[in-house]
Amino acid sequence: MMKNPIEHLNKTFDSRVRLGIMSALLVNAEVSFNELKELIAVTDGNLASHLKTLEEAAYIKVHKGFVGRKTNTTYAISKAGEKAFKAHLDALEQMIKGVK
Amino acid sequence: MDSNQEHLDALRDIKQMMERSSRFISLSGLSGIAAGACALAASVYTWRLLASRKAYGEDYRQLAFETGDSLKMQLLTIGGITFIAALLLAFFFTYTRSLKNGTPIWGITARRLLWNTMVPMIVGGIVVLRLLQAGLAGLIAPTCLLFYGLALINGSKYTLPEVRWLGYCQLILGIINLWMIGYGLIFWAIGFGILHIVYGAMMWWRYERQ
Repeated sequence: MMKNPIEHLNKTFDSRVRLGIMSALLVNAEVSFNELKELIAVTDGNLASHLKTLEEAAYIKVHKGFVGRKTNTTYAISKAGEKAFKAHLDALEQMIKGVK
Repeated sequence: MDSNQEHLDALRDIKQMMERSSRFISLSGLSGIAAGACALAASVYTWRLLASRKAYGEDYRQLAFETGDSLKMQLLTIGGITFIAALLLAFFFTYTRSLKNGTPIWGITARRLLWNTMVPMIVGGIVVLRLLQAGLAGLIAPTCLLFYGLALINGSKYTLPEVRWLGYCQLILGIINLWMIGYGLIFWAIGFGILHIVYGAMMWWRYERQ
């Protein structure tokens, strides 16, 4: 009997928004809050809460800066985040291959 | 199987996001329309200028080869003003759009886009200057179209992928123009004018219409 592959999927990446954030951060050195908002097309509050979850899991790094007087918060992926997200992608791939 | 479809969707989402996030997507269709309108206006103005010369018995196709210095300066000035006006207007509409979306205009993606279009453009500019110096004015129009097309294709990797098609069209025009020396003004009006307007209108319709 094959081991249930679902256990390799990371629960943290279970939402479309978090998946979007991680994908964007994986290919860009840093992405600002507003850029993420435009890319993923979600409300401020929704995006902020998902970012918080990822930050608490230590998958992303937050950098609070300023552009003029406006706050400009940028996000970057952490080493742990990169590892976890890549493992998640591999698990997704394995599952699709397994079912075929 | 249901969950399989779900995972496939997730992978597709991820791929899309990686693509989109590494591109400058605030580029406004209105920028294209404005730049095209500038080019068309300049083409009409130049056409009339040359037509007035023709009235004195000069053929403008001949002028492409042996331009007098005063005319050369006039044409260069028109070209320069058009280029700057088109650039400013294009910047204005894209800036407005980025303000509306709350995206910083000077992000990494914008820098990447600018660099990757500027390199072929600057090289093209140097080639054009040299052609002018060497008295090969007839080759200037196709050279501009060719380098601009290459710049667009190169830049399209860092912005809306549709820019690539605008680039291919400019290349085709430029290549045809290579064998139709003397008709540069018409090719410019089509390439920089009409194609920009068509492209801009399509992009506006697709991404910005509300």
